[in-house]
Amino acid sequence: MSILYFFLYLLLVTIVGLLYMGVARKVTAHVQNRYGPPIYQPILDVLKLFGKKDAASHGVMHTLGPVIAYTGIGATLLFLPLGNHTPLLHFNGDLFVVLYLLVVGPLGMALGAGESANSNATIGIARALSMMLGYEIIFFMATLPVFYANHTASIYKVILAQGTFPKWAAIMYPISFIAGLFAVQGLLGEKPFELVIAPHEIASGPMVEYGGKFLGFLQIWHAVGIIVETGLFVDIFFGPQNILWFFVGTFFVFLASVLVNAVMPRFRIEQAVRFYWGIPLLFAILGILQVYLWR
Amino acid sequence: MKLFKFSQSRSLWMMHFCTGCGAVELPPTMTSRFDMERFGIMPMATPRQSDLLLITGYLTIKTLKRVVRAYEQMPTPRYVIGFGSCTINGGMYWDSYNVIKKLELYIPVDLYINGCMPRPEAIIDAFLKLREMIAKGEANAWKKYIENYEWYKKNQSEVFDVEKWSVKK
Repeated sequence: MSILYFFLYLLLVTIVGLLYMGVARKVTAHVQNRYGPPIYQPILDVLKLFGKKDAASHGVMHTLGPVIAYTGIGATLLFLPLGNHTPLLHFNGDLFVVLYLLVVGPLGMALGAGESANSNATIGIARALSMMLGYEIIFFMATLPVFYANHTASIYKVILAQGTFPKWAAIMYPISFIAGLFAVQGLLGEKPFELVIAPHEIASGPMVEYGGKFLGFLQIWHAVGIIVETGLFVDIFFGPQNILWFFVGTFFVFLASVLVNAVMPRFRIEQAVRFYWGIPLLFAILGILQVYLWR
Repeated sequence: MKLFKFSQSRSLWMMHFCTGCGAVELPPTMTSRFDMERFGIMPMATPRQSDLLLITGYLTIKTLKRVVRAYEQMPTPRYVIGFGSCTINGGMYWDSYNVIKKLELYIPVDLYINGCMPRPEAIIDAFLKLREMIAKGEANAWKKYIENYEWYKKNQSEVFDVEKWSVKK
């Protein structure tokens, strides 16, 4: 029964994630004074990709790469509560499991794209893994005060421990919240941290040799990734919400990211990592000091 | 099946092979003046990801090699639009020694846009026409390439070394 529940959950999150991608394209188009595609466009794109008659593969790992990436992000969903709904699995310390599972996606793509031996893919992978040194550290340090203050390392418990509106972690620990927002921009891979994909520079990086069904898998991986990454942020900083408000929260976090994306150019890799080790790191450390000194 | 066909017609990822002068007409087609993304048409970075190959203008023998290789890398169903007079009969390069005159002899073409150069309106019109053809199941030029593979390879081998430039299946 819970397996069926999980697949329904995965389907819901995939479709909502694809719609978010559609909204992103529409919003970007409006910023650029265009009409833009309909918001269901990414769903049509994915259907088209899965309807392709053939797709070139460069070996076993190249085929398995997108599947590993999608499985990794799907496994993260087991631990991600949609607002105040109980997740399928929760125990003390599941935050660390989630942080490990978030790496499985890029790693799967790295293994797959590595086998294609395309130099653009290799550069993209190197950038993706170096970028993690930037945003993963900031994300962990920004969420640390919330877990420290509530004496737990379980995502579900930290949501319940927060309480309603004026007791949100976003209001109690505003400095960490700002550091977290910086990290989410990198987690989502939006500009100015778009350097993993960079279509005009390294021809879409790790995806360069993927076509047809593989690209379809990478699209839905990205769609679920959007919900997981913004959802984790909303869960940790905005306390217990019902499922509707949870999606409203993730939507606005994503919208803020997309609006920044629409007007920003792209960093080089060393600039991006150096940026994260500057102001966001300062905010993250101040956030930790705040919870350490004032409690 | 119907759903796949509908999505194929509504979502076209394009690779524009901009070696000719037609490339100039594409930036206004993509950006806010004519905005082709509202029809679900997006430029893509590599042939593996794209459905639609746009040959903008003349092709020299040297670029034809790359076009054939890119075309063979694209996953089927794939579509080709010949853009400008040069792809139809050579255009103003009709007596050039190193420009191919008829694109059709080397790769199958679904649709031509004539003119030198076609305006962005004409390009959008061609995209809408192609969309209609896909929805009706008429855009089958890619099947022709598979059925008459030897014929195309014979034509290609008259201008360049096919063995070196084909994608190995």
